[in-house]
Amino acid sequence: MTAAPDVATPPARPSRPPRGRSVVATVVGVVGELLITLGVLVGLFVVWQLWWTDVVAEREQAEVVAELDWAWTPQRPRPTAEPTAEAPAERTDPAPVMAEPAYATTFATLHVPRWGADYVRPITQGTGKTDVLDTLGLGHYEGTAMPGAIGNFAVAGHRVTYGKPLNRVEELQIGDPLIVQTEQAWYVYRVTEALVVRPSQVEVLLPVPSQPDVAPTQAVMTLTTCHPMYSARERYIVHATLDYWMAPEGTPVELQGDA
Amino acid sequence: MYGWLWRHLPGPAWVRVGILVVAAAVVVAVCFLWAFPALAPLVPFNDITVD
Repeated sequence: MTAAPDVATPPARPSRPPRGRSVVATVVGVVGELLITLGVLVGLFVVWQLWWTDVVAEREQAEVVAELDWAWTPQRPRPTAEPTAEAPAERTDPAPVMAEPAYATTFATLHVPRWGADYVRPITQGTGKTDVLDTLGLGHYEGTAMPGAIGNFAVAGHRVTYGKPLNRVEELQIGDPLIVQTEQAWYVYRVTEALVVRPSQVEVLLPVPSQPDVAPTQAVMTLTTCHPMYSARERYIVHATLDYWMAPEGTPVELQGDA
Repeated sequence: MYGWLWRHLPGPAWVRVGILVVAAAVVVAVCFLWAFPALAPLVPFNDITVD
């Protein structure tokens, strides 16, 4: 039969600690557990911010580019148009300029060969955080020039998190092409300057950057992002000027082959 | 707190562990999908515009 533990039955475990200790110990225990929980949540926030926002935003931005049926990408080169007599030329006469679209409308893509042959990100109207910059990537400062226009085509983008479209901004060299495509044309800008400014220095967005009251004569492009990385203390600014534009049927030489 | 939770969950230990794993997953999902996106604009390490 069952061997009844008739000898040395272990004393029943006390279901709760002795009364005297319990109040203080319980309070300290609960506070400690709350603090540990808070620490875990803060850690989770860091994971979310540094990893998950990239996962979500990179997918979103790739989808946005894929939905632009006019957008050229290395994976989806334009179906070779019937070979025309000659490839579209690089032109330096006044470029076609589109009107500013409605807020949160994606109207262009950016290619930067320095950041890899497959780098392509959408450019969207506006610089609202949650509806443009944190999801769709690059945002066009409302009221600044449009691509190809005389004046300053200014674009903001994240350098870390949310798909980090401008992550490698510091690698840009003077003369590097920044290639903007719209439905109407290609615009190839070349980097002229990189600088670090305070967040309040909006003069980098002026039609002639940092020169108030000067009438613009050139088409300029400006990128703004955070600096240093993971900090909001300063802004990293890149200026570029328009080198040439090209009809949309062509492909800029900077994007061809293994350039 | 967690001790109290453990004592009040039903079932054998593996069921309780399962319940807690599911609860943790729900907490993570709520944080990732709603809580952290709402909190992020208040954490100013990520400003990229000049204004």
